[in-house]
Amino acid sequence: MKRTDTMKTNSTAKPIVRMEKLNKHFGPLHVLKDVDLAVIPGEVVVIIGASGSGKSTLIRCINGLEEFQQGYLDVDGKVLKPHGKASQALQEIRTEVGMVFQQFNLFPHLSVLENVTLAPRKVRQASREEAMNTAHRLLERVGIADQASKYPAQLSGGQQQRVALARALAMEPRLMLFDEPTSALDPEMIGEVLDAMRELARDGMTMVIVTHEMNFAREVADRVIYIHQGEIIEQGTPDEVFDNPQNERTQSFLSRVLTH
Amino acid sequence: MDITFQFDWQAAFASIPYLLKGIPYTLLISFVGLAIGFVIGIIFGLLRISPAFWLRWPAIAYIEIFRGTPVLVQVLFIFYGLPQLLGGPIDAITAGIAAIAVNSGAYISEVVRGGVQSIARGQREAGLSLGLSRVKTFRYVIWPQAFRRMIPALGNQGIISIKDTSLFAVIGVGELVRQGQIYIATTFRALEVYLMVALLYLVITLTLSLALRMLERKGLVGQ
Ligand SMILES: Nc1ncnc2c1ncn2[C@@H]1O[C@H](COP(=O)(O)OP(=O)(O)OP(=O)(O)O)[C@@H](O)[C@H]1O
Ligand SMILES: [Mg+2]
Repeated sequence: MKRTDTMKTNSTAKPIVRMEKLNKHFGPLHVLKDVDLAVIPGEVVVIIGASGSGKSTLIRCINGLEEFQQGYLDVDGKVLKPHGKASQALQEIRTEVGMVFQQFNLFPHLSVLENVTLAPRKVRQASREEAMNTAHRLLERVGIADQASKYPAQLSGGQQQRVALARALAMEPRLMLFDEPTSALDPEMIGEVLDAMRELARDGMTMVIVTHEMNFAREVADRVIYIHQGEIIEQGTPDEVFDNPQNERTQSFLSRVLTH
Repeated sequence: MDITFQFDWQAAFASIPYLLKGIPYTLLISFVGLAIGFVIGIIFGLLRISPAFWLRWPAIAYIEIFRGTPVLVQVLFIFYGLPQLLGGPIDAITAGIAAIAVNSGAYISEVVRGGVQSIARGQREAGLSLGLSRVKTFRYVIWPQAFRRMIPALGNQGIISIKDTSLFAVIGVGELVRQGQIYIATTFRALEVYLMVALLYLVITLTLSLALRMLERKGLVGQ
């Protein structure tokens, strides 16, 4: 959320994500090219770009769902090595970084409550009661307290995505990643998910969001990054990027997505 | 010669107490063999999908060998062949259990592989992204879902293996068919006795089918 928070404007604040000259290939395909990205605690970064430009790949590198080949990446001081296989650092990063996926990816064999309590219980070793209390509080916060005993298939898309958000928040993440959280939703359900995200931003959560919801981006982002064919070619405040884009590719992308 | 053959119900019923003596062996070999086969199936099914070639190829070799050869040959090999290697005889029941185990294990490996691979990639990613280790992601997220999908195929394999134990009459295991053969040798009522043998197999396999159907229905509640 745009706040005049000194922490964020303070360039000496230690970034929670530090990515330097990151390169990622899928076989012959060079998907991320020398990407530099630093995210400061409390910052909301929105990544935009055309389909196939590497947005998902970029944020999936942050929690190690994709490995990269060259470059430097640390998350909250824990270094992820290139070609990173399972490591202690990776494990620690994943417990501190939450992710919300386009397809929700709720666990269909578990109830809503079990979805939200699974990781706290099995990773953080929280007691059943403790985990349930947290879960109820979070479900309340995202507005689905009354659905706790249902199964994912019994919920609407918007409700499922809010459960997915609560599930990630139950691990008390220091950083939240969102990969097109509303792209799989019917239009009338997009608002409820964006509202929950807005509130999270307002509460000071550090967020990296891939989205095509430009109005939402303009409203919540501290910084907007435009990525084109695996390269960050423009970034700045929403006003800078949306109202006065410098790069002609950004201009043409925005003219395509903003004119409807 | 009497051409109006009379089905002798009395002989049929009279054979039952005798045949029932074979059932414990049939069940013992089936269930112990299948239980071991299930463990083998989980291990080799997972090795089969390992990204590491040196873990994957032994699993492929095992599956192809034991799926591609008849159970009868396997049990003959174990009962008559292995003792030559081991230098001591193998008990017929043990040989039967071992044959069911390695044979069903090969098929169940493929069932496990299919089940696990049928779970969408996003499930694994969601588990990992929550900080669950790979093992915990498998245990709490992938396996419960995969197992539910595997139930019908596992049931099939159970039924096939139960019927396969009938082959072990040839090595002298006193199972259902063997009991029938012995009884026929003294009574000459082949038709009646084999019919009863068939019915008893049906009772066992239908009971299993029913139990599985109930298990499946229970599993569906959460979906
Ligand atoms: N697992 C993979 N194997 C091979 N190529 C891949 C894989 N995942 C992505 N790619 C390719 O990498 C490029 C970047 O993909 P990515 O999913 O990051 O794009 P994106 O910006 O998120 O696109 P979208 O808006 O459609 O989600 C694309 O060309 C894509 O085809
Ligand atoms: Mg994407």
